[in-house]
Amino acid sequence: MCSLCGILGVNEHWADAVARPGVYTRNAGSIERRRERARRVQLANVVLAPFNMRLADWQGTSFVVSTFTGKSEIIEDLGHLWAAAERLSGRACDPLDPDLIGRMEAAADG
Amino acid sequence: MAEVPAFTPVNLLTGFLGSGKTTLLKRMLAAPALADAAVLINEFGEVGLDHHLVERIDETMVLLPSGCLCCAVRSELAEAVRDLHSRRERGLVPTFRRVIVESTGLADPFPVLSTIKADPVLRHHFVPGTVITTVDAINAGAELDDYVESNRQVAVADHLVVTKVDLAGEDDVARLTQRLRGLNPDAVLSIADERLDVAQLVADNSATRAGTAMSQSGFFCEEPPGLPERSAGRHSAGISSFSITVDKPIDWTAFGVWLTMLLNRHGERVLRVKGILGIAGEARPVAIHSVQRLVHMPQHLENWPSEDRRSHVVFIVDGLDPELVKRSLHAFAVETEASS
Repeated sequence: MCSLCGILGVNEHWADAVARPGVYTRNAGSIERRRERARRVQLANVVLAPFNMRLADWQGTSFVVSTFTGKSEIIEDLGHLWAAAERLSGRACDPLDPDLIGRMEAAADG
Repeated sequence: MAEVPAFTPVNLLTGFLGSGKTTLLKRMLAAPALADAAVLINEFGEVGLDHHLVERIDETMVLLPSGCLCCAVRSELAEAVRDLHSRRERGLVPTFRRVIVESTGLADPFPVLSTIKADPVLRHHFVPGTVITTVDAINAGAELDDYVESNRQVAVADHLVVTKVDLAGEDDVARLTQRLRGLNPDAVLSIADERLDVAQLVADNSATRAGTAMSQSGFFCEEPPGLPERSAGRHSAGISSFSITVDKPIDWTAFGVWLTMLLNRHGERVLRVKGILGIAGEARPVAIHSVQRLVHMPQHLENWPSEDRRSHVVFIVDGLDPELVKRSLHAFAVETEASS
């Protein structure tokens, strides 16, 4: 459910489309979809770590993004993640920030 | 009654003030292939005039209230399209299979597309179609210098139609064409002469964008034709385009994390992203396509369009550093030996 408008079953976010044939919808490929969600959480956490935040799956339908001090927000999909992360941390989550790019490069090499 | 498509494409016809939008619209509506299009016209002036100029007044021709589509009358747009849809369902208007929205010359095109995508009713029945931008061969140079709206209209276009070429010199047209290519390297560029096939302008909508049609045209996968040296700083608005080629497979999940993050922070400055991606673990490529914060559903292509298996992504940005975008994409989303 969208926390802003309260609409159930809102639009599928584009990033939810797993890049494999046949699993572009939530009606199919449930295992692949869960696996994909788990990976998404894992990857998002690499990016969120420098901001002292973490992401967790919530019931296989939503995500919870939270700060290390416990401020939390439920989000529907990746489209809402970064806006929520910026709100909670009070910082800009900018993928073009050279420091953040440096950290990601180091993470990929490590 | 003619069959109603599952998703009715909504095409946007835009272009700066006086650039020939209404003339082109009139011509499009005269084409047999577009006879079943409903039309929404938005004018900035106090007295609506354009709908008289197109000389086709019926129930599927709707004049939106005065005011600019991108700021004042967005809800009216959604309401007008919903109303058309409702009347079509009830058989009160002739069945239309397409909607063409003619925007004011000053409108930022993005809100029109996002309205279609975001409205809870419309998004189940309509799909954003191609964006057609008219560019006036006489005045466009000065407009591109002075008005950011004009640059944005060019940057988000799928089809650029250069008008008034009969009034301009050949050199002017060549210069303008070069400049348009710099702003938007992969839009289809046409001249509004008698050879222009107007049906083609709307044919390539996002529902059919993937697959063979796109692959055959090489739309995504070649270096942008005639792309001049990077033009950052040359235009007053700071709009530039560049393409990134990635040799290694892209991690789809990480790419999603990266692009959502980029669009959240810089969405209004990332005017366009188009690309064909080689995904790790997948034989078939995925096409992506976005306009500012609006990302269309990614499409699986049947085959790679050529022997080239590398990923190519074209960006049209307003003031972002291409090197930084490239470095960021690699750092976030490209598989390395260590991670694969």
